[in-house]
Order: sequence, then C-alpha cells, then structure tokens
Amino acid sequence: MKSVIDDLLPTDEPLACISADGTAVLDSQIDRPNDSALLAGYAALVRARRLNDQAYALVRQGRLAVYPSSHGQEACQVAAALALDDEDWLFPTYRDTAAVVARGVDPVEVFVLLKGDWHSGYDPRRHRVAPATTPLATQLLHAVGLAHAAQLRGEKTVAMALCGDGATSEGDFHEALNFAAVFKTPVVFFVQNNEYAISVPLARQSVAPSLAHKGIGYGIPGQRVDGNDLAAVLSVLSSAVAKARAGGGPQLVEAHTYRMQAHTNADDATRYRQDADVEAWLTRDPLTRIETFLRAEGLLDDELAASITAEAEEMAGHIRGGLNTDVPPDYRHLFDHVYAQPTAQLQEQSAVVADELERDTTDPEADL
Amino acid sequence: MAQALNQALRDAMTDDDSVLVFGEDVGPLGGVFRVTDGLNAEFGDKRCFDTPLAESGIVGLAVGLAMHGMRPVVEMQFDAFAYPAFEQVVSHVAKLRNRTRGALSAPMVIRVPFAGGIGGVEHHCDSSEAYYAHTPGLHVVTPATVADAYGLLRAAIASPDPVVFLEPKKLYWSKEEVDLTRPVPPIGRAQVLREGSDATLIAYGPAVPPALEAAEIAAQDGRSLQVIDVRSIVPFDDETVCKAVRSTGRAVVVAEATGFASVASEIVARVTERCFHHLAAPVRRVVGFDIPYPPPKLEHFQLPSVDRILDAVEDLQWEDS
Repeated sequence: MKSVIDDLLPTDEPLACISADGTAVLDSQIDRPNDSALLAGYAALVRARRLNDQAYALVRQGRLAVYPSSHGQEACQVAAALALDDEDWLFPTYRDTAAVVARGVDPVEVFVLLKGDWHSGYDPRRHRVAPATTPLATQLLHAVGLAHAAQLRGEKTVAMALCGDGATSEGDFHEALNFAAVFKTPVVFFVQNNEYAISVPLARQSVAPSLAHKGIGYGIPGQRVDGNDLAAVLSVLSSAVAKARAGGGPQLVEAHTYRMQAHTNADDATRYRQDADVEAWLTRDPLTRIETFLRAEGLLDDELAASITAEAEEMAGHIRGGLNTDVPPDYRHLFDHVYAQPTAQLQEQSAVVADELERDTTDPEADL
Repeated sequence: MAQALNQALRDAMTDDDSVLVFGEDVGPLGGVFRVTDGLNAEFGDKRCFDTPLAESGIVGLAVGLAMHGMRPVVEMQFDAFAYPAFEQVVSHVAKLRNRTRGALSAPMVIRVPFAGGIGGVEHHCDSSEAYYAHTPGLHVVTPATVADAYGLLRAAIASPDPVVFLEPKKLYWSKEEVDLTRPVPPIGRAQVLREGSDATLIAYGPAVPPALEAAEIAAQDGRSLQVIDVRSIVPFDDETVCKAVRSTGRAVVVAEATGFASVASEIVARVTERCFHHLAAPVRRVVGFDIPYPPPKLEHFQLPSVDRILDAVEDLQWEDS
C-alpha cells in the first residue's frame, strides 16, 4: 500500500529529460517543456554563459572585486528565473547572478555588489528579486515570510528560494522548511547541489540519501533533477511552482550539478578536487547538451544560434561599457540609509566626512 | 506594565491591519508573561499566532513579512532565547534598508523580556542591550514606567525602522494609574524623572526604580539627585542627558548589565567627551559584575542596589565631605 511518505520521497535518481550527450529524449516521469520554452531557455542559457565568461574576464582585469561563478550551473540559474511569473519573488544568493539577470535585472546593476560600490545595486521591488544574500540560508526564511505575507493578502505569489548544498547544513535551512510546511506557504526551495561548499565536498556536508530527502522530515515533497539538463530543470521547477501556487504548500527541489570554476577568484580549486572530475563534468555541459538536442530536433539552426549569440555578445558589451564608466559612490549613502531619518549622531558623523571632503577639494595643496 | 503593553498591542492591531503578533506561546496562552493575552481570540489566528519553536525562524519570517508590507511584532520570550535569532537581527533586520539603499526595509518590533531580579533560572535574566545597541540600523528602547510601556511600544510599532523593545521583566507587575492616551516623548528622547541639583543619576529599564529610590533617600540626607530615564538607548539623547549633567556637574550611570564594553560605558564616554569642563568628578558607573548572570540566590549581588548607588554618589569628590 502506498504511504504518505511515498508522496514525499524523491526518485532514486535525479530526473532527466534529455540524455547527457543531447541526442535522445529519455523516458521520464516529467513533461518535456514545449518548444518555445526550450528555445527561450536556450537563449537565456547562452546569455548566462556569456555573463559568467564576461564576469570572469572582468575579475582578471580588476573591474570586479570578486565573482562567484555559476559556470556549469547555468541551466539551474536560468530555469529558476523562467519558472516564475511576474508577481513571484526570487531570493538569490551571491552565486545566483545569472538567475537574477535571467529574471530581467540589468547585469550592470547586479555587478554593483561585486565591484564594491554598494551591497545591492538593483531595485528589489521592481523585479521582485530580493537582494542577493551572502550569509548562508538566511534568505530562505525571508522567502517564507514574504510568501506568507502574500498569502495573507490573498495574492497568488510564489517565492523561489535558492541555496547551495552547503546551506542545507545551516539551521535556517531547517527552520525555513519547517515554518513553510507548518504554515503551508507557497515557497519553492531550490538547492543547487554543485558538490562543494567552497572546498568541502558533499560527503562532509550530509550523509542523507540526497538533499531532496531532507524534505520528508518536514512533510515537504522533495524532487531530484539533473541540474545540467535544462529541459528537466525547467519542467521540475515549473511544476513545483504550479503546485505551490495551487495551495500544495512548499516544495523542495535538488538539482545535481557541478561548479566548473573555483568558488571565487580567491579560491584554488586544485587543492580540493581532481582535474579528472572537472573533465568528466565537461561532458555533461548544460549548454552543449541543450544545443545538440535543439539542433537534432530542427528547432535551432546556425542562423538562429548566431542571432542568439549576437544578442548575448551585445549584453557583454553593455556590461563592459557599464563597468567602464566608474561613477564614484556618494559618501552620503554611508549615512542616508541606516535609519529612515538619520540620528543626531549620524548627522554629526556625516558632517565629519563632508568636512574632510571639503578640505580635500578646495585646497589640494594643503598638505604640501 | 504587562497590561499596558497588552493594550498597546491591541490598539495597534485595531488601528492597522498589517500589524501581526507572533512568536512562541503568544497565541491562546497569551505569552508566558501574558503580554499577548486575548489577542489571538480577538484578532484570530492570522493576526496573532504561535510559531514553531525557532527564534531565527521567527525573526527571519518577520523580515520577509516586513518586505511585503506587514508590520510584525515578534516576541523572543526570554532574553537569552533570542540569541539563535542574532544572525537574522544583525545581518538582515538591521541592514536591509542599508543594503538596498532604502528600496526595502524591515520595520518590525522585536520584543525581548530582559534583565533579572525575578529569581529566574539560568538563561532567563540576561541584559543583552549592548549587543543590539552595537548594531547600526536598530533602535533599542526600554520602558521603565507604565506610561512609557504603552507609549514606546505604540511608537515602536509605528516606527519605519526595526526596534528592539526590551521589557524589564521585574517591572511587568509594576502598577501605575496613568492615562495611556497621554502623549509620551518619542523614541530618541530621554526623560528627566526627578529634578535635582547635586548630581545626576542616569538609568534605564530595570535600573530606574532603584535610582529613584536612591534619590529619595539621598534627599532625606540633604543630597538633591536628579534622575534621568534614558528610555531610548538608540538613538541616544545626548542633548537631554548632557544638559542634565552640566546642570549638576556630577553623574552616576546605573544599569543592570555587566559593565565591560556596556551601554553604561558608552554613556560615560559620551558624557565625558561632551561635558568634561562641567564635571566636578569622574562619571561613575553602578553596573553588574563581569560575570555570567548568577543563580537566583546570588542575583541580589549583581543588581544595582540602592546602597551601591548611594555609595557611588558619595564617591563623587564632594568638597564638603
């Protein structure tokens, strides 16, 4: 007899739609997204890869202070954004720049954080994208709270909360799952398991059969998906969003993927993983996989591919241009947004900086 | 005082549909100190509700709710139980406005029953104000009177900024006949509770009653002590406090928390920096020892007693003594 737990358990293997080499459609328990969704996903994936490449180059040029790359994980990034409707909210982490851009945020605004101008460069309300979080798993609770607020207001909003494998060890991950389940909140928890939390492998993070299994303890259905299969991730996330929106409560999805580059430019990945592993994952590249498939299906030809690439190239040019024009941040921002109204103490401190600046600009030779 | 807080919550919830009260045991039970008594029955489970037992979850949930237009008022039940929520408070509640340059904010009230003097067992009597006061982006207030309990809580709920609202546990049962609708000074203003000309006692929260009592006794001995209730630790009212200290030239800061790196230390520093030439003596502190809060049978040693306050006053280099 089927038990309640059976409805919550993920499949033994991650769900996949398209074979790793992109040549076959697999028998699957999930619906293959329609052709236009796949093409839109492909175009977003090309942009996401270009974004990662461009950011990597900008770090090397010193234009970006740091970049946590999602190279190799782009199918997850793109699908997270595309699975949402306009009224939904995305709660990204520092590694989810490509997801934020796929949601429609100007990449130049996203890079404000990473180039060091300010913590969040985009307007979270306009795109319904929360500011990216650096502490791990804390934002999962915010997603639950926001979705709960939307529920109280009678809105149909779903919150998509992103995190990595390391974050599933944090207390807030567990509190968020439990709160969402108890309040039956429409949240999709999407774990991008890329095998390493900086240098610590998954085996040191958890011995659960999978991270998706962690849903069971909270009464949340979990699902595993091949994170390098754009069609599968799109399908599984869209279905999770639909279930949450329909009142099915929170959903947990774990994507199995791999971070092809180091944690950030400050990290030496060769100290903790083997080149052979990285090379093995190269054969499962999400971009090659969907492209091979779309071409075989006759959905993509050289001309369309070229125009999509050109559009991604245009975005890269826009990023370079945006990061070349360096507007110095205004010192008043230091004090303007600590409280709704600056306190007397902050006004005094602001005046100190203003005075220092005044002395700097009016008498450049004062120190001579 | 507990009733005044209860009335403040009820009135705020009546005036504004977005005000939500939640936490551990705040629903049908009405909170372990009964501050939320009757709210669940009156406003229903959507407005006043029990959560799972997880403080970080409670505060993190409040962040998301506040992002989407709700006005959460959460209870931490006891001071030392709030520590699991500290990351949410410091990294998100306090910083959301700043991180987003004002695009988002997290206005909420975090109610923390704090400090000792009630014979509580371990982890029930911490004075945690310095942790919060040290965190930019938070307002930190603590009422010492029944009128302030009502007025400050209403102001805290209405504030566009997050407020850590420290409720002195030993004052929950304090009684005072007051017209709750009478206006009280806003957040950010200290209050002179007793006029005096010889020295200024600066206190807040649970330290206010012993300061007032000390002033009363001193008056019988011919010393005229002024008593200031800080009320709002952040923002701090330098103006009122310094004006008072300048008028007397002597000051003692009274607080229950351990003294090292404390709010009391900060007040001494501020007063000294601003009033140095008006001071006839170094500013003294009467504060808790630098020890974990002691068990109930020893806690009276830790609390700022009237005698200790009077001793400190006598140490203020009086020319006639």
